[in-house]
Amino acid sequence: MEIILDKQQLHLTIHRLAHQLVENQIDLKELVFIGLQPRGLPVSKLIVETIQALFSNEVVKYGILDITFYRDDVRYELHKGTKTDIPFSIEGKKVVLIDDVLYTGRTIRAALDALQDFGRPQKVELCVLVNRRFNRELPIQPDYCGKAIDTLTSQKVKVEWDKEQVILY
Amino acid sequence: MQLSTKHLLGIKNLLPQDISLILSTAAQFKEVLQRPVKKVPSLRDVTIVNLFYESSTRTRISFELAEKRLGADTINFTASGSSVSKGETLLDTVNNILSMKVDMVVMRHSASGAPHFLAKHIDAAIVNAGDGINEHPTQALLDAFSITEKLGSLQGKKIVLLGDIMHSRVALSNIYLLKKMGAEVMVAGPPTLIPKYIHEALDVQVEYNLKKALEWCDVANVLRIQLERQNQVLFSSLREYNLAYGVSKKLLDGLKKEIVIMHPGPINRGVEIDSDVADGSQSIILQQVENGVAVRMAVLYLLAGVKS
Repeated sequence: MEIILDKQQLHLTIHRLAHQLVENQIDLKELVFIGLQPRGLPVSKLIVETIQALFSNEVVKYGILDITFYRDDVRYELHKGTKTDIPFSIEGKKVVLIDDVLYTGRTIRAALDALQDFGRPQKVELCVLVNRRFNRELPIQPDYCGKAIDTLTSQKVKVEWDKEQVILY
Repeated sequence: MQLSTKHLLGIKNLLPQDISLILSTAAQFKEVLQRPVKKVPSLRDVTIVNLFYESSTRTRISFELAEKRLGADTINFTASGSSVSKGETLLDTVNNILSMKVDMVVMRHSASGAPHFLAKHIDAAIVNAGDGINEHPTQALLDAFSITEKLGSLQGKKIVLLGDIMHSRVALSNIYLLKKMGAEVMVAGPPTLIPKYIHEALDVQVEYNLKKALEWCDVANVLRIQLERQNQVLFSSLREYNLAYGVSKKLLDGLKKEIVIMHPGPINRGVEIDSDVADGSQSIILQQVENGVAVRMAVLYLLAGVKS
């Protein structure tokens, strides 16, 4: 087991991502953040809280999206659905999808599909805490990345929120 | 995570965890149905045939909508106007349809056990949409979903099934389901419409007095008098039935608590239920219909994921 990000690094990384996300887009009215269920929730929540703290007199739009019913592997493996809650319109907005680990890219593919059903965003960007660079199965790359790592297919990356660290095993 | 069964033939052979899984998945789909685009592509590579050997409005439309909202391809088959009138057997009809690469069969038939017979002979997943006087599993599931939505849970709730228990597949499926999920069940109606040994066979309470039954329950599921299945006179007239067993506004107002009124449809207004009750504030009849689509989406979605 190898620690990729320890507690201090994890918090610094989240801080950096939050700043990067608003660096070029100061107008928060045009920007919405969407955390992907279930594992993208903790990281997206922390990022949005950090941004909210930077702009205390504005409302940061934050929704959660479950992509279960948009997966392309229903016939092979069933996944349990969870809640989707996007309490605002994404029509014409800049949407930032937030997830913890980017690996095959299939979750993001499903998320792009799902987003279409909520409106037509002006732009969609992807922010991930960890980018596993090898074994991508679709042409999808992150726009904001906490840490990029090179791993084997046999290895697993896990974000442990109780211990506040990211491990490779 | 998957169902313990490949087909949904009845509630009888489902496990409580199957029922919980279907109900929780249905809640996800209900959220999907509130979206601007009420459609997900989960079953885009699945083809489903709706085989209706018996007339239906709600169930057929509800299944078809559920299939379309899941992105499946659908074919509709009704016995009238097909080669059934030329004498083709059920198995031949189904095998011919399946040879055109169909993955699932939703089936309603007037003979009890027809889907069970089919399940023994074909590979495709079968969903029973009502077979004779046996079961109507998706109706029981949507009833359970509607009760849970209204009252929070099924555990310990008192539910009375009222009316034509003898000929009702809705009643049998409801009894199996409610008992499995920890609810208390009573059947009520005239003695001629309640099977004699139902208390011993299914462990439900039996009550012949409508007022007492309504006093006892949290939810009254009023069943339709199935005139088309009765070949002997079991009560003297519809008017007399209404006087003794019809649920009226006056009767509900006389109760100590407010109970929930359900009906699986189609309603015989002025027979088993009066119009002002069916359309009143205690009635969740139209919510049942709305929930039907979400529940059927859950069933089809979960069955598509069962590996054989």
